[in-house]
Amino acid sequence: MLENYLPILVFIGVAIAIAVVMETLGFVLGTRRPDSEKLSPYECGFEAFEDARMKFDVRFYLVAILFIIFDLEIAFLFPWAVVLDKIGMVGFLAMMVFLGILVIGFIYEWKKGALEWE
Amino acid sequence: MDSLISLWEWLGENLIIIQILIKIVLIVAPLMLCVAYFTYAERKIIGYMQVRIGPNRVGPKGWLQPIADAVKLMFKEIVIPSGANKTLFLIAPMLTLGPALAAWAVIPFSDGLVLADINAALLYVIALTSVGVYGVLIAGWASNSKYAFLGAMRSAAQIVSYEIAMGFALVGVLVAAGSLNLGDIVRAQQGQAGFLDWFWLPLMPLFLIYFISGVAETNRAPFDVAEGESEIVAGFHVEYSGMPFAVFFLGEYANMILISALTALFFLGGWLSPFHGFPVIGPALEWVPGMVWFFLKVMFVGFFYLWLRATFPRYRYDQIMRLGWKVFIPITIVWIAVVGLAVVLEMPWWFD
Repeated sequence: MLENYLPILVFIGVAIAIAVVMETLGFVLGTRRPDSEKLSPYECGFEAFEDARMKFDVRFYLVAILFIIFDLEIAFLFPWAVVLDKIGMVGFLAMMVFLGILVIGFIYEWKKGALEWE
Repeated sequence: MDSLISLWEWLGENLIIIQILIKIVLIVAPLMLCVAYFTYAERKIIGYMQVRIGPNRVGPKGWLQPIADAVKLMFKEIVIPSGANKTLFLIAPMLTLGPALAAWAVIPFSDGLVLADINAALLYVIALTSVGVYGVLIAGWASNSKYAFLGAMRSAAQIVSYEIAMGFALVGVLVAAGSLNLGDIVRAQQGQAGFLDWFWLPLMPLFLIYFISGVAETNRAPFDVAEGESEIVAGFHVEYSGMPFAVFFLGEYANMILISALTALFFLGGWLSPFHGFPVIGPALEWVPGMVWFFLKVMFVGFFYLWLRATFPRYRYDQIMRLGWKVFIPITIVWIAVVGLAVVLEMPWWFD
């Protein structure tokens, strides 16, 4: 059972190794003549005058929070989905109650305007 | 030949790591070739759709163009911006390419032809494709460029939004198939009516949503605001050059092929013949190996990526978020209930 996961571990290692080798190859083969103008961050024609790691819109943060809630929801749905044909109508109705509560929350956040990006 | 087989068995007993590595090379090498020629196909197909002929100088009809591109990128200078966080800057492309390749460990190319036949295959694929968003975020943060930063924010918010729609669509597939094993999901689509038995028909809304979400996940046109050229130049990889850029590029295209392959597995019957069970044409095509059917289906879905890019104008960002949250998520929730009911009541002819 567990030995089935060994190829996956090796594959992840190989995938990372490929990426590392490619970047190393770039460093070995590529030219390297840096100067201060070349290394300055890209800005349409003028000098970069402040740090680029600035404040950003709170809605990105809101999307991240909503994502966590819904993704957790999906994680709950997975085991239910796999055994649905064995647990029958009772299992189905139980999950519909759960989904119904989720939908109420979804309607609430919709009406509150959390999904608006004008 | 016999000695080769006995050598293979000896490897399996004693040096299983070597055997696994050989299998991985047999998967990754053709995959890399596919990625390279997918970029060529993109330029050619979009070229013809726009009444141009596309690349035609390097090699006969431009066949060597992807090789020339790769060699060129290899010899380019790697510029690391002065304010950048060097380590994170170089790790970000690896975080995009690594998962895009590693996810292929559980993809069944034909019946039983899979590197790791695990029961949690679907979970593994979802977990790995989710890691890709870290590459985008880290790239935008490490670059210390405003364009890169804004592009990363947009891109990350878009990817996580569509991941929800994608996850719900997959719940529908799981309900219909009753297994997390990708091979079992394909076998659940087997029947006597060929392509009419596949999940695309009973799960039609989920199929469309899964594919469109896949296009949004990979930041492809018409959802490519992350790199909207006219606003934020190239988005999160604006500061990348040379090989780190090539790694990003490869990761992006490997992800597209991965999404195409997953669509083929979940909804288009994976390695199954579309004419299985049909009179005359069914038995006549029985000799075609499953891998060929799988490859044709992946190419079919991949072609849609290019077709969409050549056809549609770019979505506005608020339209993208509206489509993901207000259209796709409600539809998928409703369809999960419909499919669940159909499975519980054993509705013919897919779920009996």
